[in-house]
Amino acid sequence: MKFRVERDALADAVAWAARALPSRPPVPVLAGLLLEADEVGVLRLSSFDYEVSARVEVPAEVIDAGTALVSGKLLADISRSLPSKPVDVTTDGSKVSVTCGSGRFTLLTMPVEEYPTLPVMPDASGTVAGDIFTQAVGQVSIAASRDETLPILTGIRCEIEGDQITLLATDRYRLAMRTLPWHPGDPGQSSVALVRARTLSDVAKALGTSADVTLALTTGGATEMIGFEAGGRRTTSLLVEGDYPKVRALFPDTVATYALVGTQALTDAVKRVALVAERNTPVRLTFTEGLLTLEAGQGEDAQASEAVESTLVGDELSIAFNPQFLLDGLGALNSPLVRLSFTQPTKPAVLSPQTDPEGSDDSSYRYLLMPVRIAG
Amino acid sequence: MSRRSYRRTGAGLSQDDSGCLILHADMDAFYASVELIDRPHLRGQPVIVGGGGRSVVLSATYEARRSGVHAAMPMGRARRLCPEAVVIEPDHDRYAEVSRGVMEVFRSVTPLVEPLSLDEAFIDVSGAVRGSGTPSQIAAVIRDRIADEQRIACSVGIAATKFVAKLASAQAKPDGVLVVPRDETVTFLHGLPAGALWGVGEKTEEALRRLGLVTVADIAHTPKATLRRALGDASGAHLHDLAWGLDPRPVIPETVEKSIGGEETFSTDIDDPDVISRELLRLSERVAARTRAAGLVGRTVVIKIRFADFSTITRSRTLPEHTDLARVLHATALALYARLGLDRARLRLVGVRLEGLREASEGHHQMTLDERPLGWREAERAVDRASARFGAGAVRPASLVAQPAATEETARHRRAPRSGDGHGPLRYQARHPYGRE
Repeated sequence: MKFRVERDALADAVAWAARALPSRPPVPVLAGLLLEADEVGVLRLSSFDYEVSARVEVPAEVIDAGTALVSGKLLADISRSLPSKPVDVTTDGSKVSVTCGSGRFTLLTMPVEEYPTLPVMPDASGTVAGDIFTQAVGQVSIAASRDETLPILTGIRCEIEGDQITLLATDRYRLAMRTLPWHPGDPGQSSVALVRARTLSDVAKALGTSADVTLALTTGGATEMIGFEAGGRRTTSLLVEGDYPKVRALFPDTVATYALVGTQALTDAVKRVALVAERNTPVRLTFTEGLLTLEAGQGEDAQASEAVESTLVGDELSIAFNPQFLLDGLGALNSPLVRLSFTQPTKPAVLSPQTDPEGSDDSSYRYLLMPVRIAG
Repeated sequence: MSRRSYRRTGAGLSQDDSGCLILHADMDAFYASVELIDRPHLRGQPVIVGGGGRSVVLSATYEARRSGVHAAMPMGRARRLCPEAVVIEPDHDRYAEVSRGVMEVFRSVTPLVEPLSLDEAFIDVSGAVRGSGTPSQIAAVIRDRIADEQRIACSVGIAATKFVAKLASAQAKPDGVLVVPRDETVTFLHGLPAGALWGVGEKTEEALRRLGLVTVADIAHTPKATLRRALGDASGAHLHDLAWGLDPRPVIPETVEKSIGGEETFSTDIDDPDVISRELLRLSERVAARTRAAGLVGRTVVIKIRFADFSTITRSRTLPEHTDLARVLHATALALYARLGLDRARLRLVGVRLEGLREASEGHHQMTLDERPLGWREAERAVDRASARFGAGAVRPASLVAQPAATEETARHRRAPRSGDGHGPLRYQARHPYGRE
């Protein structure tokens, strides 16, 4: 195998493929990155950890077609540090040499025949706009659990219904839901997938710069899998198994009180007041006509308070939240105003984006947040 | 456990305890006395508590003290002074347990108890005298109860101020009471050597001796300014006040416990993970109940493991929020234990402790979306109420009911009404709190 490739193209491709490398490979070959150069002038890089696979194709000047398996982490480190010059890669017996400018690296290879076959990309189900996809995943993934002892909650639930996708995630303290349009191959499509939030975030960030991202989903079969493809990059992931809790019912049917507040003003105030809140101690929000008062700290601890303008519709109310959870929600709204809807101080509140103070909120995104009960 | 002894000046004092509202209670030869509880055959013999090798004497019976043995003396020297003494390894867990019992006796008199160490405390009886009799009567009750319940002797000093009470208890030993009447405080003090005053150590004593001040009376009759020059502003003035019996420091009750814990030494070393898990559960239940009873919540769960070879390790985890729930303690303790990956190592002792305590009223709780309005919190509080009515352990986890009678459990059964009358141990089982439909 012998080929020449542009440094930036190689570095980007390796970085993409190295995402799926397992940090603790169950078998040594899975720490490898598979390089395949074919005679039509394409270099293909692949990685796989039995759950997630990544593959990318870049144009290359292929002199001799061939394959090699090398340490993915090492290749990623090397390609990232190379100068901006063409990179020559050659197999030499059981070694691969990487030459760039006056630098030369020799890497050991691993047996290609022991490398597992990558899963086949499922048939395309439809496409979604890259920027919307990235934004939507970002809005929802903040609410996914990072607690591996509850694997189901580390996933983002993707519900496909006709030309709409709904993404849902919860860590039992908050629940984020986003609805976004897409272009299904089959307009009558209806399916559900649970994808690990970390995987989906990585994919969305990496593919979001593309105009369109192709989604491919196989459910109901022996292996349930989702695939994403854009701009020569593709990734597949097994779905998280298990029944997702019925969370949609958690959104309250009725609203007793709601308030409209400037998103940025509230974000800044929460950040300031939370400076005195020790880890996990709450900020208390008191809504009165025209004014929202924030307070943190109690008793003999440091204390802070601040007031921001707000429009209140309904009864006055006092409620407490974990400041970080509140900031996560505010940061995900992407709107000048936030509508906070309440039923009771011990029931979850809903944050939704709003643009026009006289209008209504944008129902495509909702962030449901459980309050903190104070004392006892 | 003062190392110094002084000529007794208390002999001629009257018994007038009016105005003497501070008690200083001090156990006699505490560690040694505790060891004698289970070794009655050693009573009347010289007994030394201390480790081997290069360690020091932690406690000695009065029989050993007669040979010149005292606390903090190197063991080797003590053995030479008193070769016939029986030497016992210290069992600090046992001392802490007896200490808790002793402090409970004090606190049954008044909440104004200021522990100085495991075996001594100041007690302010200014409130208690209204209902419980004179300070002398209260002291007698305390001494009787400690003798009854803990089977050790306690000496009590009664005076108008803390430091005089402490001096009095030292003179009351062993197993005695000494009242220093308010009006006779100065007489009592002035007969004592300067070193008796609180804060006078060897260095200060030496400085005083250079001034020709040997007794408390000498200090009392030295101008304050002289003392200040010799000893510094603060301690000079302070010493002068003490020499006249002036000590305004109040008894400050220790309100905040630093941690609440329990541990169990197995009668034989255990390697069965099921038994260990059950023991962790039983300890968690106990610690949680005590935490709730104290109106506290804690955030750091610590487990202690002592292996068959006595090597001991602790592991801790700090929770996202404060808790007083046995369920949370047990889950955390079990996770800490599992992470050790002990693979059937033989254990001698396990312990569970809750640290990072604060008042429950200052606590807060991040509710979950799937939280039931009535959950484990309410279940465990209901168990507390049942325990208050039917005795500890009346309601407990099913896995502990099936436990083959550990001695303590058996004792609890006996205390609770017999099962025949319908009030026997109940089983509680509740659904997993995160259960989904």
